[in-house]
Amino acid sequence: MELILSAGIGALTASGVYLLLRPRTYQVIIGLSLLSYAVNLFIFGMGRLRVNAPPVLDPGGVGDLAQYTDPVTQALVLTAIVIGFAMTALFLVVLLASRGFTGTDHVDGREQRHD
Amino acid sequence: MLPVFILAPFAGSLIAIFFPSDQRGATAWFAGAIALVCFLVTAGLYPFVASGGVLRYQLDWIPELGLNFTLRMDGFAWLFSALITAIGVLVVLYARYYMAAEDPVPRFFALFLAFMASMLGVVLSGNLILLAVFWELTSIVSFLLIGYWHHNAHARDGARIALTMTGMGGLCMLVGLLIMGRIVGSYDLDVVLASGDAIRNHPLYLTVLILLLLGALTKSAQFPFHFWLPHAMAAPTPVSAYLHSATMVKAGVFLLARLWPVMAGTEAWFWIVGLAGLTTLLLGAYFAIFQQDLKGLLAYSTISHLGLITVLLSLGSPLAAVAAVFHIVNHATFKASLFMAAGIIDHETGTRDMRRLSGLFHYMPITATLAMVASAAMAGVPLLNGFLSKEMFFAEAIETHLINTLDTITPYVATIASMFAVTYSLRFIHGVFYGPMPKDLPKKPHEPPRWMRAPVDFLVLACLVVGIIPAQTIGPFLHTAVVSILGDRTPQYSLAVWHGLNVPLIMSFVALSGGVGLYFLMRSYLATSVEGPPVFRLLQGQRIFERVLVTLSWKWARSLEQRLGTRRLQPQMCYVVLLALAAGASPLVLGGFKLPPLVIRGIDPAFALLWVIGIACAVGSAYQAKFHRLAALVLLGGAGLVTCITFVWLSAPDLAVTQLLVEIVTTVLILLGLRWLPKRIEQPEDAEDLPFRIRLRRLRDFILAILAGGGVTVVAYTVMTRPLPETIASYFLERAYTEGGGTNVVNVILVDFRGFDTLGEIAVLCIVALTVFALLLRFRPQADSLEAPEQQRVQNAFDDDHPDRAAGDSVAEYLFVPSVIMRWMFPVTGLLAAYLFLRGHDLPGGGFAAGIAMSIGFILQYMSGGTRWVEERLRIHPLRWMSIGLLVATATGAGSWVFGYPFLTSHAQYATLPIVGKFPLASAILFDLGVFSLVLGATVLILIALAHQSVRAPRAHMRAVRAEKEGVR
Repeated sequence: MELILSAGIGALTASGVYLLLRPRTYQVIIGLSLLSYAVNLFIFGMGRLRVNAPPVLDPGGVGDLAQYTDPVTQALVLTAIVIGFAMTALFLVVLLASRGFTGTDHVDGREQRHD
Repeated sequence: MLPVFILAPFAGSLIAIFFPSDQRGATAWFAGAIALVCFLVTAGLYPFVASGGVLRYQLDWIPELGLNFTLRMDGFAWLFSALITAIGVLVVLYARYYMAAEDPVPRFFALFLAFMASMLGVVLSGNLILLAVFWELTSIVSFLLIGYWHHNAHARDGARIALTMTGMGGLCMLVGLLIMGRIVGSYDLDVVLASGDAIRNHPLYLTVLILLLLGALTKSAQFPFHFWLPHAMAAPTPVSAYLHSATMVKAGVFLLARLWPVMAGTEAWFWIVGLAGLTTLLLGAYFAIFQQDLKGLLAYSTISHLGLITVLLSLGSPLAAVAAVFHIVNHATFKASLFMAAGIIDHETGTRDMRRLSGLFHYMPITATLAMVASAAMAGVPLLNGFLSKEMFFAEAIETHLINTLDTITPYVATIASMFAVTYSLRFIHGVFYGPMPKDLPKKPHEPPRWMRAPVDFLVLACLVVGIIPAQTIGPFLHTAVVSILGDRTPQYSLAVWHGLNVPLIMSFVALSGGVGLYFLMRSYLATSVEGPPVFRLLQGQRIFERVLVTLSWKWARSLEQRLGTRRLQPQMCYVVLLALAAGASPLVLGGFKLPPLVIRGIDPAFALLWVIGIACAVGSAYQAKFHRLAALVLLGGAGLVTCITFVWLSAPDLAVTQLLVEIVTTVLILLGLRWLPKRIEQPEDAEDLPFRIRLRRLRDFILAILAGGGVTVVAYTVMTRPLPETIASYFLERAYTEGGGTNVVNVILVDFRGFDTLGEIAVLCIVALTVFALLLRFRPQADSLEAPEQQRVQNAFDDDHPDRAAGDSVAEYLFVPSVIMRWMFPVTGLLAAYLFLRGHDLPGGGFAAGIAMSIGFILQYMSGGTRWVEERLRIHPLRWMSIGLLVATATGAGSWVFGYPFLTSHAQYATLPIVGKFPLASAILFDLGVFSLVLGATVLILIALAHQSVRAPRAHMRAVRAEKEGVR
């Protein structure tokens, strides 16, 4: 389980980082999205992987870590997902505006001789 | 009592700003009253201070760092406070008449009071850091005061130079004080003053000394930092009279005297302070002779006199310290009156140029007499206060303190400088008040108003009285001040006028006669010469300063930027990735990281297959992102879904719900954006054709990506295979129900335990949505993406070709069945959102998920019906929803104040609704409602703003086309 997930996180990171270094704005936004999946999964993984132990208590109960998985990382990731969405939206609009202003979708706002 | 000194003027400063600008008199009265109150309080504190008491006031600020708001008044601080407040009162009175009606007077008095407060703060600080804070405040406020007439370029330049010099010095001093505090182990002034030996014998003594001197010498305009002071003369004269007699420039010598018991007496102190002081004393006096501007002469004379005080402090003998304190007071009185007299002359004649002024005695005999007495005090004529401290200075100069060259030449330099002082003082009197009647002055001179002269009267009277009966007037105050600095080392000294015929008297006589002779020798040269001393005037401090500034802040900065900076994003991103790699790898390498054993058991084949798909999606979208954007987006969604399923699998239902919903919205969002990107058709590219540089860059990026991915894999695997250490997680699990009143721990954390974080987060979301909205308002798409999309063109062409079809039919009928279904889905989505919201506290769901679900409902309507169709039928006010959301969330938080609990304390209970049944009704649910409303509003706002572009842009396009056609016609 851990091995697969960490390999998955690695693949997401690698794809994200590669795209981050590309010259087209669209590549960068896709890269950032991939990277945010990777980061979210990584943070989530820090609470360790558990099957069938969601942190939803029995009514009136007091939970402990033996029964339930770590809720803190989940709360963190939940926040991160929403902020990630906001970031994607903002970046998308900036890249559209940049394309509108400069006429190119190059990250520098002007074409280099070769990419 | 002590905080009054700081609070009253600062508060007064704030109030004075709000006076109407035509109320010159009222503002002056107000400022004067504040200064007078401060003076009276000072006077009232004298009996306590005179009996050897030290007043203290302490307010804890950051006690852990030894940072306290400590005020402390001993004899020396008292003497300075008295000077600052007394001369402050006089300057206010003077400024009342000096300032013109068209000047913004409230600003002047507000700054004046702020300056007084800062200066009082400097002298009263009982904590080194607090001292530095007030010190910088004086720099900043003096900048504003010197630049008061900011329409004048000289004033701006002068202010800038003064701020740069004193501010820089102040920074050095702060570092020095920090080191000093470290050496002593406390920033408290009392502790510091008691640990002189520890400081002097510390290896860092020299460092501290140089840093502190950089602060003190720049503030007191000592060579080679003296040049800011003459430029500061562009300030209104009341400012000069205050800043350059009793306050600002005295702060430097104040610091030297204050730290004299702990710093002085070493050879380094003697040499550095002595050399700076002696050079300043001589050069300042020499330069003063050659000034043609009245205030310029006074400025250089101030520099020279500060040099004198510095020399006295450098000697390290207690008697010299007494003389220094005495001269500080004397100089303040005669120099303030001289500045005021110069201001009166400027005010009544319209010029300060000594080449044009002469014979003014005839027009203003009283002012002339006063100025003459004050100048005589400056020159050191007997029976005036300047004479007494100068005699003490001479007496100390001939003493041998250390056996070296500097000590040997001191008396000679002192005599020559004193001679120069006589020359420039005589020039001030004789050149301005005597000689032929002035011709073509800008104004016809006359005596100033009675009360404008009153401060000068008072100060000159003080010069006289102190000069004749020193022991009965200044004696006790001086003694109190001196004892507080020197303590047991206080020497026997006598403040008599006549000490018999001794060497200092002979030196005085030589200086007086020599100075008078020198003046009459140079008179004809000075009457017509240009400003500034010969030879030296070529070496302008200001020009050097400007050149250094330009080199530092322009040339070097630019070349540094050229070498290290880039306007291109890719190299920057590359650095960021490299840095991240280094930051991630270094602790592993340094900490001796070992890879944990690989465990290949317990692998669920389904999970493995899931991630094979996930990895393929990730890599595929990276591969396709350049030429096949839609494909890349689909693959990105695939990776997102895999992430989502992983969350379900690994006990995170909340995350899965949110991820799924956000995934949908993100995809729609990017789809909306795709239209505005340029077409890019993939050309079959031959790897051999690509330039080598490009291939190398791609290889480098590939390696970087592999390194990053590999690193993250290793770290993630290592951490996840270790047992979970003790975390705060158990705290939340234990208390989620008992204290938060909900069984869904994640939701309880978000809306209750860490509610404040969530409040911040939704605020961020709100800001992002507004930014997106604002950016899109000014969005101008590129021309090539303006025309109708290719698909619509094909559909329209189809309509045109078939006579039985009206234009636009195909577009309208396109996806007709799905769109009807989508339209009917709206209530269903709304129900889903309500369901998610209500169960949120106990089961997976919550405000976030509900808000996004609801926004999907709205966007589905847009997709099925088109923007116009929806907006004809639905009133959508995302901005209003957002503000309501933010208000509700904040108000819920603030509501707990009403019940006497801290912000965002929640209360939990269950409520029953018909049909719905029992649902949790914590006050947190109200907060969650705010979250819901805001998330809904923000998401809808972003999506709609983007969707609207397809409506707006064609309109703009049509307009442009029409305009073009009309132009052709």
